[in-house]
Amino acid sequence: MDRIKGVELSGAEIVVRCLQEEGVEYVFGYPGGAVLYIYDELFKQDKVRHVLVRHEQGAVHAADGYSRSSHKVGVCLVTSGPGVTNAVTGIATAYMDSIPMVVLTGQVPTHAIGQDAFQECDTVGITRPCVKHNFLVKDVKDLAATIKKAFYLASSGRPGPVLVDIPKDVTTHQCEFHYPETVTMRSYNPVRKGHAGQIKKAAQLLAEAQRPMVYTGGGVILSNAAPLLTELVQRAGFPCTNTLMGLGGYPATDRQFLGMLGMHGTYQANMAMQHCDVLLAIGARFDDRVIGNPAHFAQNPRKIIHIDIDPSSISKRVKVDVPIVGNIPDVLDDLLKQLGGAKTQDIAPWWKQIEEWRARDCLRYDRKSKIIKPQFVLEKLYEITGGDAIVTSDVGQHQMWAAQFYKFDKPRRWINSGGLGTMGFGLPAAMGARLANPGATVVCVTGESSIQMCLQELSTCKQYRLPIKIINLNNRYMGMVRQWQQFFHGNRYSESYMDALPDFVKLAEGYGHRGALIDKPADVEPALRDALARKDELVFLDFITDQAENVYPMVPGGKGITEMILSEEL
Amino acid sequence: MRHIISILVENEAGALSRISNMFSARGYNIESLTVAPTEDASMSRMTIVTVGSEDVIEQITKQLNKLVEVVKVVDLSEAEHIERELMLIKVRAGAKEREDMKRMADIFRGRIIDVSDNTYTIELTGNGHKLDAFIQALDQGAIIETVRTGASGIGRGNRVLRI
Repeated sequence: MDRIKGVELSGAEIVVRCLQEEGVEYVFGYPGGAVLYIYDELFKQDKVRHVLVRHEQGAVHAADGYSRSSHKVGVCLVTSGPGVTNAVTGIATAYMDSIPMVVLTGQVPTHAIGQDAFQECDTVGITRPCVKHNFLVKDVKDLAATIKKAFYLASSGRPGPVLVDIPKDVTTHQCEFHYPETVTMRSYNPVRKGHAGQIKKAAQLLAEAQRPMVYTGGGVILSNAAPLLTELVQRAGFPCTNTLMGLGGYPATDRQFLGMLGMHGTYQANMAMQHCDVLLAIGARFDDRVIGNPAHFAQNPRKIIHIDIDPSSISKRVKVDVPIVGNIPDVLDDLLKQLGGAKTQDIAPWWKQIEEWRARDCLRYDRKSKIIKPQFVLEKLYEITGGDAIVTSDVGQHQMWAAQFYKFDKPRRWINSGGLGTMGFGLPAAMGARLANPGATVVCVTGESSIQMCLQELSTCKQYRLPIKIINLNNRYMGMVRQWQQFFHGNRYSESYMDALPDFVKLAEGYGHRGALIDKPADVEPALRDALARKDELVFLDFITDQAENVYPMVPGGKGITEMILSEEL
Repeated sequence: MRHIISILVENEAGALSRISNMFSARGYNIESLTVAPTEDASMSRMTIVTVGSEDVIEQITKQLNKLVEVVKVVDLSEAEHIERELMLIKVRAGAKEREDMKRMADIFRGRIIDVSDNTYTIELTGNGHKLDAFIQALDQGAIIETVRTGASGIGRGNRVLRI
């Protein structure tokens, strides 16, 4: 956009023009005093559409779901003070999972900052630890360049949320509008290409591996590296596992896929992770839920190659032999070239071992149960949708079962809060995902506790006609809390029982949606089929499930990843 | 082990707090921190003295580099470097102590920069050990007030930190 000579725009107009320049389709937000001028400008145009949520947390999660399902930058707009503090949970959620997002926040006028003004809070201070970067714009002349920087920072390098705090007077001040085409910052230059020597070393290690293992995380999804990863794994014939954040990075229905690893990972994935001799880690960060106790993990010697865009993720919890800092697709491209001619080892004995582990069938559950098993609902959901739905989830047992039982063959179909573990994420994230993918089947897998944390967004779904299918696995407990209490706190179910639950069917109807209660296994499939066939309606399916069901396998906190509690052992 | 980390950072509001926040949020330790603009007013130079294992220091430098406003980071203690700290110390200097106190300041190459009927204020520069030694050498009852800047450091010879 060229400078418009002589024409001065207000700060509010500039904000909206910047969003237009960035090609922003949707802004998720909630108006308030400090952002009134911006809302006024939004009203006067129709390029950037605003989605009115019912709580600012919902706005951020919706922008987050929009981004995760589309690889575009999510954008939200909230007012000062409580608008910001309500948004913080959403921002921290996006930060932990490295989601590209721009958060625009209103602020009290510059002269009132620091005066404890009405609806004032130290936005930049409060959000500093949970954003990739943030800005307070004090001069309208800096506004356009700052917003440009925010989009650039959010989407480059290791992505993350970037916040721009805009005082109310800045939205009324005027200046010429000029949207910069590029950004140069001497302090910020993310790398792309990996170090050639390191990539060569990695290729050598992989070629010599007797027991190779590929372990990938959210970085593969975020960098759109799934096709290259699949090519690499299939060409090499290696086993592959994904983290919770990495599901869909490698096709789950492929034989080389061992399932998710970690605290609720499969037996075969955790065993292979522990016993491999060369581990190729890509866009993953060896976090506590993935490798359990690092000292236990280190007991088995293995060479580790770690590819990540963020140097600080490398050798943070686990010492790495071959670090490769770079953009994953660039590095995989080079690695594939390096591997091209190399002769790999005969790994048939390793596969034989893995198949023995796989034969334990660690996800087995009672299929003859007269009470609905949550796993059964998810298996059916997978069958009926042909694995082609976008599935969002909240946090808890249902999240783990969804990750275990819904087989994601493609990236950006599985949307959940892995890092922060935010209950209430699922429904607003589903709204964002549906807006980013019109026509797609979007399912929110949740529980009766999680869904109540952002329930108000059912109203937003009505307003924007978002036909999300809510799968409420209702066990009348905070299931994961209850499971830990059963295992580690002597069956004392302290405050984990959900008494006085609402009638979810009536509740859904109250918001103008359709609801159904399902309490018999035989009704599960018909109910799912009926709901999924209703293309234009939000359907809330309240499945009354087995209260005592636990997620297996389970690695207790602080234990090694092979120290799993398996279902048949209990 | 003790490390001296030098940081070039954009001279922007909040940059200091981003850095100190990162230390506290990740449980790293700051022994001292000094910061002031460089010859280029758009950039500040910070010296942080910290203590940690090699792994911790590696993470600290990586986490610092990750901050958007940080331009460059170097661990000065990796190679030859010079370290200086300034102390201003106010001591009792009545008629009885005056001569002794003056001699003590001279021995440590301190300068008396303010004098009253019963006090001296002494300026002393050196590494932390020297300043500690001066404090130890004084009669503890004679010390009225001390203020120290924390260490600043610079690489020796051709070792430079600039953009």
